[in-house]
Amino acid sequence: MAAAVATPLKFTFSSSHGSTRRLQWRNNQRSVKRPYRGAITAKIEHKPPPYSLEALEPHMSRETFEYHWGKHHRAYVDNLNKQIVGTELDTMPLEEIILATYNKGDLLPPFNNAAQVWNHEFFWESMKPGGGGQPSQEVLDLIKRDFGSFEAFVTEFKAAAATQFGSGWAWLVYKANKLNVGNAVNPLPSEEDKKLVVVKSPNAINPLVYDYSPLLTIDVWEHAYYLDFQNRRPDYISTFMEKLVSWDAVSLRLEAAKARAAEREREEERARNEYEGDDSQTDPQPVEMYGTDSDDSEAD
Amino acid sequence: MDNKTGAMDKNWGGAIGPVRLIVDTLMVIRTLITRNPAAPLASRGLHTFSLPNLPYDYGDLEPAISAEIMQLHHQKHHQAYITNYNKALDQIQAAADAPTVVKLQSAIKFNGGGHVNHSIFWTNLAPVRAGGGEPPRGPLRWAIDNNFGSFEALIQKMSAEGAAVQGSGWVDPLVSKGASLVPLLGIDVWEHAYYLQYQNVRPDYLENIWKVVNWKYAS
Repeated sequence: MAAAVATPLKFTFSSSHGSTRRLQWRNNQRSVKRPYRGAITAKIEHKPPPYSLEALEPHMSRETFEYHWGKHHRAYVDNLNKQIVGTELDTMPLEEIILATYNKGDLLPPFNNAAQVWNHEFFWESMKPGGGGQPSQEVLDLIKRDFGSFEAFVTEFKAAAATQFGSGWAWLVYKANKLNVGNAVNPLPSEEDKKLVVVKSPNAINPLVYDYSPLLTIDVWEHAYYLDFQNRRPDYISTFMEKLVSWDAVSLRLEAAKARAAEREREEERARNEYEGDDSQTDPQPVEMYGTDSDDSEAD
Repeated sequence: MDNKTGAMDKNWGGAIGPVRLIVDTLMVIRTLITRNPAAPLASRGLHTFSLPNLPYDYGDLEPAISAEIMQLHHQKHHQAYITNYNKALDQIQAAADAPTVVKLQSAIKFNGGGHVNHSIFWTNLAPVRAGGGEPPRGPLRWAIDNNFGSFEALIQKMSAEGAAVQGSGWVDPLVSKGASLVPLLGIDVWEHAYYLQYQNVRPDYLENIWKVVNWKYAS
């Protein structure tokens, strides 16, 4: 199989995520044979990994890829396309489909397929031939800041991957939450609030639904390692960290995550200014509600 | 499908299929969990367990389930549940404070549940020469016909539910009546149960496992 050209992973994640989307999910499959609006039919792609299927041998076998990419990932794509064709999900980019069908935890049927398509693409790109080693200085600095040391991060990541019970994923994410809740705005926002965090998730769940920016993932569904490692999940995880992980991808994703966080901050600033009007820029003077002439006080 | 991802059913360490049948004509549940008589009884009366032996050889369920899978499944996966359960138990009994005990609860539940489920599972299977695959008769058959319409309908429903389980879990169509639902028949649909032989084609595994299901136990 010819190697696909590696394309840098871009976040097409739109800032409309913050708005509340009302999704009217209807199973239109039976009624819609006509072309939908712009006649786009379900077009989620089954993207190949950015390397050939045997490129990660002997750490991850070609046979594993033939099943994992060739069957599991392909099935998620095909089933998703079947589910969304003719519905309003059909016109949306994949990340938006995931968020819409996550539905605040009350999962709609296409969620599993949509999230798993995204997860697997992200996973292939989290690995590379000749992977492993150390991250870039920038990533390393953040890891040291948030985990204490690179070794501490690796230990925590491996533990998360090993203890995810049953099927799921372990992640390194960039958490850009600014501690803003409702009208209680973080008075002293700083870069320090933005953390690198390790999380684990079950089945198809991914950190996009928590509004985190994923940087790295490992698939710990049994199908990901069973042919090569059988029950020895810890060996698989160690091999992943030592021989497969693509720190290049992590660096690219970190840049994108930071850019996205900055963009969001700018938008929120703009929105706040619009709401408050120009007064926010000057010292707020007490506004006279009533004219000084008409004094309604009882004092004579 | 009530098995929601992201809200994994924590019962018995795995997601239980939605087909729960309370069998009216049920007989007493046999306690399957092998106790280790040599283990010292702890002060709270909680004891450790050891791996129960299979009532058949690893290769006896072929070609439905390969010997390789049976061996790994029994000696590695089931054993790991028992080992981790025993470890958690030791830790709980040595715990000095409540938070530690609470934190260990999930280890007990997941590993204990895994141990119970697998112990029952081994007896749910039998080699063909020992009656594996023979359809049930008598009160159980009557109950199945009553609740599912027909034996074939039960099989179909279970296979469909098993295929629909997202991620890791079990399909337990037959459980005992009473306060605690103990599976009489459970099919493991964790990927480790079939992957080396069937890879991603879980439906084929489900189709074939019926040839070695031991209905006599469930009766």
